[in-house]
Amino acid sequence: MNPQLLQLICFYAFGFVTVAAALSVITLKNSVHAVLALVLTFFSAACLWLLLEAEFLALALVVVYVGAVMVLFLFVVMMLDIDQEKMREGFVKFLPVGLIVAAVMLVEMLGLIGVRAMQTHVMGADPATAAGMSNTAWLGHALYTTFLLPFEIAALILTVGIVAAVALTLRERRAARYESASQQVKVNPSDRVRIVKMAAVRPDEPTAPQEPQP
Amino acid sequence: MQLSTSILLTIALAPLVGCVLAGFLGKFLGRAGSHSITILGVAVSCALSFYVLYQLTVGGAAEYNQNIYTWFQIGPFNASVGFMVDRLTAMMLVVVSFVSLLVHVYTIGYMADDDGYTRFFSYISLFTFSMFMLVMSNNFMQLFFGWEAVGLVSYLLIGFWYKRPTAIFANLKAFLVNRVGDFGFLLGIAAILYFLGTLDYATAFAAAPGLSGKILQITAGTQWDAATVICILLFVGAMGKSAQVPLHVWLPDSMEGPTPISALIHAATMVTAGIFMVARMSPLFEMSSTALSFVLVIGATTALFTGLIGIVQNDIKRVIAYSTLSQLGYMTVALGVSMYSGAVFHLMTHAFFKALLFLGAGSVIIAMHHEQDMRYMGGLRKYMPVTWLTMWAGSIALVAVPFTSGFYSKDAIIEAVGESHRWGAHYAYFCVMAGVLVTGLYTFRQMYLTFHGKERFTVVEQHGHGHDGHDDHGHHEPGVLAHAPKESPWVVTVPLVLLAIPSLLVGFFTVGPTLFGNWFGKAIHVEEANNVLAEMGQHFHGAAAMALHGFTQLPFLLVLVAFVITTYIYLFNPALAGRIKSALKPLWTVLDRKYWVDDVYFALFARGGVLLGRGFWKASETAVIDGAMVNGSVNVIHRIAALMRRLQSGYLYHYAFAMILGLILLLGGYWLIGSGPVGP
Amino acid sequence: MISLAHYIVLGAVLFCIAVAGMFINRKNVIVLLMSIELMLLAVNMNFVAFSRFLGDVSGQVFVFFILTVAAAEAAIGLAILVLLFRTRSTINIADIDSMKG
Repeated sequence: MNPQLLQLICFYAFGFVTVAAALSVITLKNSVHAVLALVLTFFSAACLWLLLEAEFLALALVVVYVGAVMVLFLFVVMMLDIDQEKMREGFVKFLPVGLIVAAVMLVEMLGLIGVRAMQTHVMGADPATAAGMSNTAWLGHALYTTFLLPFEIAALILTVGIVAAVALTLRERRAARYESASQQVKVNPSDRVRIVKMAAVRPDEPTAPQEPQP
Repeated sequence: MQLSTSILLTIALAPLVGCVLAGFLGKFLGRAGSHSITILGVAVSCALSFYVLYQLTVGGAAEYNQNIYTWFQIGPFNASVGFMVDRLTAMMLVVVSFVSLLVHVYTIGYMADDDGYTRFFSYISLFTFSMFMLVMSNNFMQLFFGWEAVGLVSYLLIGFWYKRPTAIFANLKAFLVNRVGDFGFLLGIAAILYFLGTLDYATAFAAAPGLSGKILQITAGTQWDAATVICILLFVGAMGKSAQVPLHVWLPDSMEGPTPISALIHAATMVTAGIFMVARMSPLFEMSSTALSFVLVIGATTALFTGLIGIVQNDIKRVIAYSTLSQLGYMTVALGVSMYSGAVFHLMTHAFFKALLFLGAGSVIIAMHHEQDMRYMGGLRKYMPVTWLTMWAGSIALVAVPFTSGFYSKDAIIEAVGESHRWGAHYAYFCVMAGVLVTGLYTFRQMYLTFHGKERFTVVEQHGHGHDGHDDHGHHEPGVLAHAPKESPWVVTVPLVLLAIPSLLVGFFTVGPTLFGNWFGKAIHVEEANNVLAEMGQHFHGAAAMALHGFTQLPFLLVLVAFVITTYIYLFNPALAGRIKSALKPLWTVLDRKYWVDDVYFALFARGGVLLGRGFWKASETAVIDGAMVNGSVNVIHRIAALMRRLQSGYLYHYAFAMILGLILLLGGYWLIGSGPVGP
Repeated sequence: MISLAHYIVLGAVLFCIAVAGMFINRKNVIVLLMSIELMLLAVNMNFVAFSRFLGDVSGQVFVFFILTVAAAEAAIGLAILVLLFRTRSTINIADIDSMKG
């Protein structure tokens, strides 16, 4: 079969799945199902990217995004006990408005971007291959040379994200006792020790030598 | 030689010092201190004024015209304090300071029981100062300052007994009517600045001939001669200040004030400011014969018609007030026929005898315990001989019996009007001649009702009756007195005598040089074609000859007719007065209602003003400004805020929706306008 | 014959679905967070497509960073959600309106 035609069919197939899954995300009643639908969306998106010969990103999407972020979503959804019935109220009332707004937005975006002009722009040769390396290497080359600073900052952002997430949700157990270093240092000796002056105690006139106390 | 600046400044400022001291330190100085200080101030001014007059006439001093202090100058508009002292000014200074001094002394007696004693002295000194600034001014700004200041003091003094509602009504009326005149006056000054480019007298008068031919565009189609417009506007100011018809309505009401000020302000000095101003502006007025005809007609109307009202008045002061109006009309008529020196001469003689008449009336009022209605007087000559005699002196001067001062001034005016060829002169001649008869009628009627005939009051002796306060008018029954009337104290009668002397004599000695001897010199400017005095001067053979000739003229015959009529009615047949009144009831009503002018003004302007104000209050103030603008804007803000508040629902999805909407609108706008690199 | 337009349209459609998801759901904060992820996915799609078609590596580099940041943001967002649930015992958006004006 014509490879281009095959590509087109694949594109439509994956695209269809992506869109259908996205629609399910926002319409499904069960939150867990919705998250799973989102997982499916990401998978199909990754496949689409593979079609574009952006392998690294496709796999990064699956590994990082689906594997970590979506799993996190699942954790949270399953941890929160959500009352399903109350969730569905008002859905039908706002559906038309939402659809209309979304449709208007779609039309505007397409019109504005100039989709017609882009129809003639067909996929050219893979620039990575043209440069003589794989997509990953191509990406890596750019990342560690031109985009080094943003890369480091991205790492910083992740660190900050970790700290923030922990700081937000950390709960102290009331029963547990913790040390507070700052308070230990702030202690005043006079709070701990009190020196009292006393007169020396004279022992009584001994009649017989006392046995030393054990 | 030059007049000394310090002398002139002293003349102006001495009364002001007296005013300030008596006004602010009155309690501290006490009554004696206050009146002494103010009288000292005015006496100094009086003495110095006489000295200045002496220097200008006999001493051979030159006319003085200098700026003392320049306040500011913006382009051609200069505001400075300066003095122009020539013979016209000097004469006015002498008249004003002399009458003011006598009134100050008189007040000691008249206001002896009043609580506002020191305040009164402060005010009359302030008035004297303002009048001096007015007459000594050498530019229009200072003239206007003096003009307004005398108006203000007149307001303060008419409403001196401010707890009386009639007094407050009268003083506001005076002020407002004056304001109308001042409006015209100010327009006239502005026109002078516009056409002549200066407010200084000397410069303006020098530039005045350049006015001929200049026009003022009133509307697209009409044009008026500039000189006419200027002069008429200035005269409107004089109409207000000198109470000419139709702005005469305030003067009779001004009798609400104490008698001394009726004498000082509303007879001798303030009301003559208008006459003085027109005489001073003679170079300007000579440029427009239309304006002078206007002046003539107004003056003639005032002279006759206000005098007629005086015949039916019962209040002793009102008769004299209407007499003042009528005499002011005579002065205006003189101005109208370009007889400026005649007008000023009559101003001077009138000041003396009118002040005398007022002060005499005041003396009668004191004796009658503030009863002012002549119907309850009569036969007072037995009780108050000095007052009686001096008032007769003033009366014969007023009716212009030959040899009195009034004769010289008044008959000269009548003759001048007869000689004039100005438009309106015939009407004016009729008016002034008829006015002579009218003057005689009301003057003799007043004298007979007050001093002669049967006593129409009774004396009910009440032991231990306290002396009434001066301001509880009408507290007692009319016609019933607690004490018999007696002659007033010397502080009252000495001024009367001092005024009677010039009323009788000054005319005889000064008529020659003043009217026919070019005494005023450059101060008064008359065009050759209009100079009636020059023509009259050809017949003038001295004061005595003029007086003797006067006995044969029509005015004196009219006076005799009036004398005969009034003597018969009031001495021999008093009931006839009542019968004449009922027979001529409609005519009497017209005069009694003062031609309904007051009523028309009240209904039209006063009520109209109140209605307009009320209308504005309801419509614009309450509805528009308060309702729509102030409260309305608050309400609008409230409503907008209420609307805006609904946007802050607290729900995340609303906010997200708002953001998306905004984005859509932006995108849509971008797409439609199509600016930018990407587009369809 | 896949052209750039195909991918752009796909990205736009995904974005609009996510936008609709944001305000259709009124009850579930989790769906809100997932819509955000979807939006990011749509944007990523665009980036990768442009990068491939224009031959510029910056697009893919940027997707890399978006992925990073999205991960961090999802973590923190979920932490906030957990806190919200702890304090309010509900994730019903309609109950979270204390910022009401």
